[in-house]
Parts: sequence; structure tokens; C-alpha cells
Amino acid sequence: MPAKIVQRNKKPLKRVKVDSVTIDIIESALRSARYEMDTVLFRTAMSPGIREQHDEFPMIANVDGKMVVGQFGSFIWGFMQGYDGTVEEGDIFFTSDPYSVNGAVSHANDWLMLMPVYKDGRVIAWSAMFGHMTDIGGKVPGSLPTDARQIYEEGIVVPLVKIFRRGELQQDVLRIILHNCRLPMWNLSDFNAIVAALRTAHNRCVEISTRFGDNVFYSAMDEMLARNKRAMRELIRRTVPEKKQYFEDYVCDDGMGMGPYKIACTMWREGDICIFDFAGTDPQSIGSINFLLNEEMFKMFAGVYMIMVFDPQILFNDGFYDLMDVRIPAGTLLKPMKPAALSCRTHALGRIFDVLGGLLGQGNPSFMCAAGFSDSPHFMYSGYRANGEWFQLYQIGFGGIPGKPFGDGPDGHSLWPSFTNVPNEFLESYFPLRIETYETIPDTGGPGRFRGGNALRIGYRFLEPGEISIHDDRWLTYPWGVNGGLPGARSRKLLVRTDGSEEPLPSKCDRIKVNAGDLLHFDTWGGGGCGDPLAREPERVAFDVDAGLVTVAGAQRYGVVVQGDGKVDQAATERLRAKMAQERGAVALFDRGFESIEELKGRCQADTSLEAPRQPQFTKWARVAAAARPAL
Amino acid sequence: MSYRLGVDVGGTFTDLLLVHESSGQTWTAKVPSTPSDQSVGVLNGLARVCERAGIEPGLIHHVMHGTTVATNTVLTGTGARCGLVTTCGYRQVLQIARSFVPGGLGGWVIYNKSLPMAPLSCTIEAHERIGAKGEVVTPLDEAALREQLRSLRSRQIEALTVSLVNAFANDVHERRIKAIAHEELPGIPVSLSSEVVPEMQEYERTVTTVANSYVRPRVQRYVHNLQGALAAKSPQVKLHILRSDGGLASSSSAEEYPVNLLMSGPAGGVTGALWVALQAGFRNLLTVDVGGTSTDVALIMNGEPRLRRETTVGDVTVRASSVDIRTVGAGGGSIAHVPELTKALRVGPQSAGADPGPAAYGRGGTEPTVTDANVVLGYLPEMQRLGGDMALRRELAQQAVQKIGTALGKSTEDAARGIYDIVNENMVGALRLVSVEQGHDPRDYALIAFGGAGPLHANALSRLLGSWPSIIPPGPGVLCALGDATTAVRDESARTFIRKFPETTPKEVLRVLRELADDAARALERDKVPRREMRVGYQADVRYHGQGLQLTIAVDLTDLEKRGLAAITEPFDAEHQRLFTFALPLEHEFVNLRAFVQGRGISIKRAPLARGGTSPRAAAVGRQKVHMDGRRHTATVYERAKLRAGNRIAGPAIVIEMDSTTVILPGHHGVVDVHANILIYPDGYRPKPVRRGTKPKARR
Repeated sequence: MPAKIVQRNKKPLKRVKVDSVTIDIIESALRSARYEMDTVLFRTAMSPGIREQHDEFPMIANVDGKMVVGQFGSFIWGFMQGYDGTVEEGDIFFTSDPYSVNGAVSHANDWLMLMPVYKDGRVIAWSAMFGHMTDIGGKVPGSLPTDARQIYEEGIVVPLVKIFRRGELQQDVLRIILHNCRLPMWNLSDFNAIVAALRTAHNRCVEISTRFGDNVFYSAMDEMLARNKRAMRELIRRTVPEKKQYFEDYVCDDGMGMGPYKIACTMWREGDICIFDFAGTDPQSIGSINFLLNEEMFKMFAGVYMIMVFDPQILFNDGFYDLMDVRIPAGTLLKPMKPAALSCRTHALGRIFDVLGGLLGQGNPSFMCAAGFSDSPHFMYSGYRANGEWFQLYQIGFGGIPGKPFGDGPDGHSLWPSFTNVPNEFLESYFPLRIETYETIPDTGGPGRFRGGNALRIGYRFLEPGEISIHDDRWLTYPWGVNGGLPGARSRKLLVRTDGSEEPLPSKCDRIKVNAGDLLHFDTWGGGGCGDPLAREPERVAFDVDAGLVTVAGAQRYGVVVQGDGKVDQAATERLRAKMAQERGAVALFDRGFESIEELKGRCQADTSLEAPRQPQFTKWARVAAAARPAL
Repeated sequence: MSYRLGVDVGGTFTDLLLVHESSGQTWTAKVPSTPSDQSVGVLNGLARVCERAGIEPGLIHHVMHGTTVATNTVLTGTGARCGLVTTCGYRQVLQIARSFVPGGLGGWVIYNKSLPMAPLSCTIEAHERIGAKGEVVTPLDEAALREQLRSLRSRQIEALTVSLVNAFANDVHERRIKAIAHEELPGIPVSLSSEVVPEMQEYERTVTTVANSYVRPRVQRYVHNLQGALAAKSPQVKLHILRSDGGLASSSSAEEYPVNLLMSGPAGGVTGALWVALQAGFRNLLTVDVGGTSTDVALIMNGEPRLRRETTVGDVTVRASSVDIRTVGAGGGSIAHVPELTKALRVGPQSAGADPGPAAYGRGGTEPTVTDANVVLGYLPEMQRLGGDMALRRELAQQAVQKIGTALGKSTEDAARGIYDIVNENMVGALRLVSVEQGHDPRDYALIAFGGAGPLHANALSRLLGSWPSIIPPGPGVLCALGDATTAVRDESARTFIRKFPETTPKEVLRVLRELADDAARALERDKVPRREMRVGYQADVRYHGQGLQLTIAVDLTDLEKRGLAAITEPFDAEHQRLFTFALPLEHEFVNLRAFVQGRGISIKRAPLARGGTSPRAAAVGRQKVHMDGRRHTATVYERAKLRAGNRIAGPAIVIEMDSTTVILPGHHGVVDVHANILIYPDGYRPKPVRRGTKPKARR
């Protein structure tokens, strides 16, 4: 039963002709409204994940639920089809169940809220937003258990509920939810902040519609979608070849000793339609690294990536979704079946961007970026202070941005929009720890004509006993380089105990006990290099050496010989470059840093001091489902 | 018998306003700016204005000056070569910054980060550590530091910054390093983070302190030379520089903390606009300063400009108080274009700049700009001489704008109207940032427009926002000089004070605030401001424990004594409710405490404009075909200098003066007041009976 939308005003919105300048104006007003949602949220949210690191996504959709401004896949149409109830003025809907919104949010930590925008008794638009909660209960602090096998172990999962009924908060429902979280005040504050952001968008839409008239507002939104579709059709035609392009990449392990997991995708064009087929992707994990990938969300990722590479001026929205056909076989890592655990989906989510880059780049190598910091590694530290007070830290790590045809990748930065790090002085005054090192690691960025960004090293000195959790990846496979660029360095974690003994920690782990005085080196990974490192201007290499971002030995990977005084030895450089060019031969499009998974696993222990992961085991039914359509 | 002089140095003209301190009588002068050495223009102007007033320069005792030297140093990347000392493990604090990549999802693809203001090659680490509570965890290794500092000699640094982790809580190591640096690097100026901005957040503190070092030598040189040149004319003279927050700094404080001057120029405009508007009887204002490449907007509530705790210039954001001025890349020179893929009309942020400038300037520019659209629409009549001597070439403007018309399939006039509408919309976007986004209803505010192009767009902007009247002051250049001349000397002192409310007492808060006030007052005393003339104010930055946002709350000491901390929590909750629609049942927490002290300003009398009748006929100088609101009209052109108080100008109309042009749209009218302002209202406008939004809020 589709949702019943209650409207006092039965007059349907009418399509009218709108002057193109008016459309531009409405477009810019809506864009301002969308940024205003961010501003309101950041200023009032309490969990550092939203407040400092900006792990949140807003959108404004048209009356049919198509996203007009924003950056996540609109699920509203699906919601309207599947919600068995009424939609009324003042209602706000709330869910954190990925399975009931087809992955519009992909783990239960993301709280998604949705509000119809009413004006004069009828719906004229929708506003929606989701944000990552630091904790939603479950078996570990932070609610991202590495060893979960079902979503029920990952904290409270809220089905689609009407949390505001005609403007009135359903207190009891909220109390039940908050009661299940370890830091309920943070959740409450973040919840309020999202509501405030939705209301802001609501008010802006009403204002714009009042100014121009409802029919003009409605028609302009339609035209914005159509405009985007025209632009994307042109882009797809120009950039996506009809010949099939294939690319695969990996999630290194599942935190339970198995891996790597393959994500495979084939892309081609038929007429105006760009097809992405994920056949060949591994079956779903029995653990929590599954990523329920919403097809619309993926279209948006693909569209955004194309826009950024080829024409950043285009405003993206849902308008072009008809031009993409995304096929994800059920039972795979990217379309797991309920009740598969989902909490640690961040690695597969990030890797999708590397896959996209690999696919789109093959048709246009000169526009190709390397693989980069395609993840948001998590670090958690919790316990009780001497006075019995509970503390719980959740942090996102940063790393090397890929080298790209337009320039070097920044060092220790974020691949995600508007994410920022948390000031260390803030951490030190609120949590029992000291950040002794906060720097990027020389030579970890992949050499290239454009260098990949360096990985980040954080040295956490713990001042109270407690437990830590780590969620990271790319410790086994490398962030690859392109067009001659070399791969970036892999991640690593090392715990140094007070007695000086060193324990390499796995990339994904929970409940590691730490004592006061222990030191954790949390090293993320670098970005891959882009273009031939032997073609990088030697002076720029010397500049990086002088800055301490590349070592003298590291400069040799560019074929550059740097003297004791920091200057380039031109003659020696020319000789070295000639020799390296000859030994290397022609440059390959991709440099993955390994020959085969077997070869990689073979040297795993020696390279990383960690045991190589075993071949993943899948449930029989997932294997059968995933294989229903064979790889292309 | 002493005088003070306000000086504004703009890109084209230097404007000066001379005030007789006891009578308030004024004289003005306008001379060409001298960009290679701005002080030359200032001295030329000084001679001119003294001649007009018939006085000896020696009678000028105070010169107040808004300067763009600091800003330009950052924008052009021509600052000092800076060395930086960080805590061990933090050498790359500027390289990593906040790890932020602008531009939304996928923005990293096109993001190229600029180099830090202190190069990594000139950054060294000190072996030392202060803990979060200010305790010394690791003492400073002085021998190692000396060796490192010596290594910076060969790097030829011109300035040194010291910014250590947790130095806001304890500055002992920073001060020691400064002393050692003076020994090892004699003659190199040293900035300490604990002095420049003693607040939490290591990146922000470092970048702010480095920015201070970066602009310091140039600002120092400029201020020093200007002070010297002025002293040669008037031995008694004291030079004051306008700060970003609208206060005045003595020349010595300006030389030491130039990071506080990054918004000096625009702040002068805002203070000037405020002064003009107060004369005209308006206390709630949106200010709009439209220049060639950008537009600066700000909000003034109840006679006080809104301040913010950071200043952004180019891609550098520093922690220094400034008038909350938002800049949008939309000005007279902004270029209109139609991207091939979307066929949408976009205006800016690219600009034709001053050279070649808009097509209509006839200096070789062919790109269609906002100015060209204004020419096509008839808003800039050919009889207008920009800056007094430059003729406008309508046919060149037509040709340029026609390109947009062709791309959109529209007539040239419709294309011009599109450009005008879009650029107005972009300006409204900036105005919304300072009003709606901060919880202020623009309909409670009047709009005051200045800058050469402001009055062309004022009427349209007021209509979009519902902000009436549009106030068009006479002489946009003098406005800034007026702002400079009427500003009072001001200083502030702040301290990070992180305490949950239950962990402190009103007594402790009172003690700290009084100490801070004393610090600030002493600084002003050094500028020869007697204590009895000082006005003191107090603020606390407060948040909910665990929340990132902090709100600045004005603190009334008597109230605090009487009611305890409720005197702070209540206004905080109310403000939170107003801004975000909710308050929380949570513990409050102090972040910073601050006191500021302000000297007395000056009162100025300007001769009132002679009264005339309602009809402005005597000022009419011609008629002009214009396109307004999609229709052709014939507008009357008036000469501003001939208008008289009481004249009522019916739209459509154009008012010209040497350095600006005012547009009055059909259905609107302008009233000339005794201060020579034009106040534009919609016909039949009825002001609200009760002025809202003026609830008293003791800020500053």
C-alpha cells in the first residue's frame, strides 16, 4: 500500500513555462538552503562525528521525491510506495534501518529523517537528512562490531516511524530509542539538530515558493532535473565507451581473518544509457563489512565523479537517473540479504570510488586519477576514568588524496566532503589521552608526475586503562597508481606497551585492552601516484625533500638524485632516469603493486608482520544467489 | 584647536575627511591613490584638505586610517619568509590543517591546496610538552632548540612564529623560546601563539600567529613610514589604524598584531555606513559595498555591527575578531557566461578586474560584465563619467552582452536583465548569510548601499529582501573616511577558560573578567586614553558541555553578582532557542572570557543640505531610455549635487554623481533627507508601527 498523502488543498501543481533566469535564481536559492541545512546542523549537533567531522548528508527533493539539491540517493519515492500510513502536515519520519530504505542509509548508525514540505495545505517538496551517531548501543562502544554476524548485534535499528505526528514529538518512541544508546545526550542533540535542519529547508522552500508562486517553484525544480539530465546525457555520450570496461578492487579482510573480498564491475554504454553491472562481486560476508549499496546512491556517485572530472560547473541532482542502469546481484557484498550485519561498511563504500575511477578512467586515461584514501578508518577508545566517569571517543582518520591529472594529492586529508579533523587540544582536554605525533609519513604517497598524498600518523598515548577498536583497510592491497604512477604505501597499526614491547595490530579489531602509558601508532595509507614519476620536475621532488615529505632515498623512486645541500644533481638524475626508464619499459595504465592475490598473500607475513588472511568462506545460499548471474 | 583626519585608501581614489574636534566641522578631499606607495597619496590628500580648511597640517593630532596593506599582502602572497617552531610531533600542523577538502563529494579531484604561509623547510620542532591542564609534561630541551634555530639562519627567514601544543594553557615554553630566539636570531621579529590568540585549537592558533608574522614586516614598514611622513608635517600627530573588528589600534599595536588588520578597509566602510545611517535615524542595517570584483555585506543590529571570531582572506582563515563581513564574487567587473553543457546563465566569480575592465570602458575588454549589463539597460547613462572623466561606450557593451543573448536565444536587453537579476541574486545570497542564517529577518532592517556600484543594485536588493528603505549616502568614498574618523580606540583581552558551570563560581568568573578588563585598560592607557573616558564591556563564550558551537554572551557584572551564573545561562538558552529553535537540558560550559575597553569617539557635524520643495525638477539634467522589470521606460536623470532636502524623486529615475550612480525603479520613489541621503521606498510604503528586532542586547 502506498503512503496516503493527506492534503487539504486538492489543487494539483501545474507545469508552467518558467523563464530560464528564474530557474537559475531558484536553483541558487535552493542551493543556499541546502548549505544552510549543513550550517544549522554543525552548529547544534553534539557528537564529534557530525559536529567536527561532518559525517552527514542533506537533501531537498521535489514533490515526487526526486533529489534536486543534495548528495545522496533519494529514497523518497520508494518510501511513498512502501509506507503503509498517512503523510500529514507537520509529520517527520525517522528510520535507521538500511533494509527498509534499500540502503539509502547503509548502517544503523546513520539516522535518517524525512519531512514533507507543506504550503497552503499541499505538499510542494521534501527535505531529508541523515547523520552518523557515535553510538546506538549494541555489543561494542561505537556500535560497529567487527565480529557481528547479524544486524541485531549492531545496536538499535529503528524502523520507519513517524517521530513527529502533525508537529508533535512522539516522546515515548524517542525515549525507547535513546534508552538503548550509550551516550543518549549526544543522540538527542544530534536528533534535534537534524530536525532543526529539516525545518530550515522547509521554511526556505515555502519562502521561495511564496516569492515565485507554487507552480513556478514546482516547474523550476522539474526543469532543474531536466537540465541536469541533458548535461549528463552529453557527458555520458562523450566519456563512456560502448565497449565494455571492467575493473575490480578489494576490501582486504573482514576482521575475522578472511579476505580479500572482490568488488567487480563492468561498465558500458548502450545508446544514451550507461550500464554498471556488479556481476562477479564476491558473495556477502558472514561478518559486518557488507555494504548495502543503494542503486540511486551509486548513480549519484558516478554522476558526481564524472561531473568533477569533466565539468565541475554542473549542479548534480536526480535528473539523470534514467540515464544509468545499475545492476547489483542480490546476495553479494554490495546487496547482502537481511539480516546480514552491515555496521563496518565503510571500507566497501570507500572502495566503490576507486572502482569508479578505474572504470571511467579507462575510456579517458588522460583524465584518470589514482586510487586514494577511499575509506574513513575509525578509531575508538573507551573506558572509565579514575572517578568512575565513562568516556568514549570515536574518531575518523585521514590519509593521502590520490595524485590526479590536475595536481598532487594533499597529504593527510579527507576524500569525503566537508570532513574535518578534530583539534588535538580538544581531544586532550576531553579524553584521557595525549596525541604525541600528528604528522604525515614521508614517502607514503605514491610517486608520480603528480604525487599521491602522504598517509597520516597519529601517536595516541593513553592515560587511562580502557579498550580500543580499530577499523581500517588497505593493509594488504595497495592504493594503486595510474599512467605510470606508483602505488601509495599501505596502512599499519602498532601498539607499543610501557615495557617497550611492540604489538602489530590487525587492521580491524575490537576490545583491545590498553593501559595507561601505552602508545598506539595509527598509520593510515597514502594516495597512489598519477603519471610517470620520471616526468616530475626534479625541482619539485627536491622541494618535497626539503619539506620532509619525501626522503632522499624516496626521491630515487622518481629517478631524482638529491645532494647533501638539497639541490638536484642534474647529471646523476639524467643518468638514473634513463636507466630506470629502460628497465621499466612501457608504463602500464594501472600499477596495483602486486602480481596476484597469491603472490601478495605469500609475502604478507614478511611485509606486515600479520598473518595472511584465509580465503573467505561464504554461506551456501549467498554463494548461490550471487552466482545466479555469472560474471561478464 | 585640534583636528583629526580620516583616511581611506581605495584602489582608485584616496578619500580624506578632516574634522575639527571641538566644533565637529568637516572638510573632504579626494585625490588619486598611489598604489606603489600608498603614503604618497595620503600626504597629497592631507595637503589638499588642509588647504581647503585653511589650516596648518601641524594642527592635526590624530590620523585614523583604514588600510588594505595586510589584506593585499596575503592575497598577493608577498609576505615575509616565516620560520615556525612547533611542539615535537606537530611540524606539519599547517600542511595537514583541518584535513578539509572543499567542494563537496568528489571535490578532491579538482582541489589543489596552496602552500602554507610558513614553509615546511623553515619549520622546526621543539622537544617539550605541555599537558592539557597546563602542566609541564616534558621540559624544554634548550640546547637542541638553539641548534635548530641556528639552522634557520641559512634559510633567511624574516620573521619567526612559535606555536606550541597547549600553549593557551601555559605559555612558559613559548616565552622561553622567544628569549632564546632573540639570542640566536637577533633582529628577527618573533610572534607567540599565546600572545596573538591564546585560545584552544592548535591549527587555528598556529595559522593565525603565522599570518601575523607573515604580514608583519610589510605592515610595520608601511605604518612606520606613514607615521614618519605624517610626523614631518605635524610633530604632534598620532596615527591609528582601523582594525578588522571596527575598533582602532595604535600604530604600535598595529605593528605588533597586524593579523587584526586583515579586514581594516571594509570595516571602515561598515562603520561609516553606520554613522550615516544613525544620522538618518536607522539602527538596524544591512550594508552592501559593491566593488569591481566583489561585494562585501554585513549586518548591524541596534547600532552595533555583528562581529565574528574569525577573519577570512583568500583561502586563509584566521582566529581574529572582525566585523562579520561576507564577500561574494559579484561586482561590476564580474563576467557573465553560459556553460555549454547546462545552458545556464552564470555570473562571476571570474572578473574582468580593473584591466581591461568591462567592455564599456573601451580598454580592450570584450567579456560581458555586470557593468556592461547596466549600460545596456540604460542604468549607466552615457552622460555619466565614471570617476569624473571616463566615458562609457554603449556600443561595446551591447556587443559583449549580445554574446550572452545569442547563447541563451534571447534579445540583448533580456540577456542584460538576466545578468542584472542573477548578480542581484548572488548578492542576496551573501545578505542571507548575515541575516536569515543568523536568525535575523531582513524585513526588520534597512539596506545601505555604497561602493561605486552599490546604488545601481540597492533598490532591487531591497525589493528582494523586503529591507526598506534603501539608503544611498552621498559620496561613497568619503563614507569610509568618515568611518575611520569617527571610530573610537578599542582594545580587548581574552582568555580560554574551560569550566563546566558547576566547576566554577561567579566569584572566580568576576575575578578573571576584572583582570582582563584591567589588561585591556592598561593597553589603552599606553595610547593616552584616560581611564575615566573608557567604556568597559564583558563577554563569555559559552556552550553546552560537549557541543562544538559556542555563543558569545554579553555579561553584566552587577547581574552576575546578584543572580550568579543564571545571569549567563538564561541569555544563552534564549539565544540558542532563537537561533536553532531549541535549548537543551544540559550542563553549560565556559570556553573563553573576554573584556573590551573603548575610548570616546568624536561627534561630527556636517552642514545640513539646503531645503527645497518636493519637486526635484531643478536637478533634472536629461532623460534616458531604460529597461526595468522587463519593460521599456523613459527615466529622468538627475544630478545628485543639485538635489535638495525634501525632494521626492519618482521612479523610474537615475541619479548621477562623480563616483556612483543610483537607480530608482518604477513603482518606487526616493526621498532626499537633510544629510543628502536618498531614501528609496516602494510607493505606498507604510513603515511598521513598532520597530521590531531592536531588543536591547548589550554587545560591546
